Amino acid sequence: MNTVMTWSVLLGTSVLCYAIKLVGYLVPARWLANERLQRINSLIPVVLLSALVVAQALAMKTHIVLDHRMAGVAAAFAALMARAPFPVVVISAAVTSALVYRWH
Amino acid sequence: MPHVSRRTFRDSLSVALTVGAYGVAFGAAGVAAGFSVLQTSLFSLLAFTGASQFAAVGVVAAGGAGLSAVVAASLLSTRNALYSLQMAPHLQVTGWRRLVAAQITIDESTNVALAQASHGPEAIRHGFWLTGSGVFLFWNIFTVLGALGAKSLGNPAAWGLDAAVPAAFLGLLWPRLRDARVRIIAGVAAVFALVMTPLLPSGTPIIATVIVAVIAGWRE
Repeated sequence: MNTVMTWSVLLGTSVLCYAIKLVGYLVPARWLANERLQRINSLIPVVLLSALVVAQALAMKTHIVLDHRMAGVAAAFAALMARAPFPVVVISAAVTSALVYRWH
Repeated sequence: MPHVSRRTFRDSLSVALTVGAYGVAFGAAGVAAGFSVLQTSLFSLLAFTGASQFAAVGVVAAGGAGLSAVVAASLLSTRNALYSLQMAPHLQVTGWRRLVAAQITIDESTNVALAQASHGPEAIRHGFWLTGSGVFLFWNIFTVLGALGAKSLGNPAAWGLDAAVPAAFLGLLWPRLRDARVRIIAGVAAVFALVMTPLLPSGTPIIATVIVAVIAGWRE
């Protein structure tokens, strides 16, 4: 990882995310009113967030690795099942993962 | 801002504070992924859309290419275009106000604003501006704190930061999983991403799951 890459990611993400926010203020309402487009759009966060959970918990580049991260996510899952608030979910994941990491 | 109702003010501020506080998690995630404190802070200032910011640094942390990070983050923010479409008729903004409104058009500002609908068009506008600028303020302050904190901690894995990010994604996903059909779609996407991990370049399996959303959303 290098500085050029991190700056490119930062600026590329910022420009595109801003442009996307601006779209709705610039185009006529009917352009994005298509029902199919709205249905697909509402599912995009669902599939991306699921994929991100999997990638972050189990992937190391192009390998599947079962390690402390998965223990942390399992703790988060348990916390969510117990209806814990968001900060408790994140903290229990971090604590569990850190403990498994240190004892390995 | 004249005559802001106490209710709108309270709704906006409570959302701004609680959501803004999660900026600590992003600040830590950014530094853990290898971004500098300055870059991590600029991320919140310029990109300012939480889940996408996490996605961008998350893909980089997982060893993905820069382009994959940018594409994943942008795809995750496409819902903001629909939010701005919803807000445009309520705000009726032009010129520089429109440019500012666009930057703070996110989940929270849109949802708080539209929740004020029963209190009239003024309340919708107040809810949007107060929540949007409030989240912006607190999100940025807490990002800097989180980034500085993570930098002083050192090895992110020793503090569980590498597990905190997927846990945060799971927390963001959770409320959407009440619907049985959405749960199945989320499960298919997770399995798809897992199967594709050894087959595709790092970072791209995440983007590839959009195909699952397209197929599932094509028909009612």
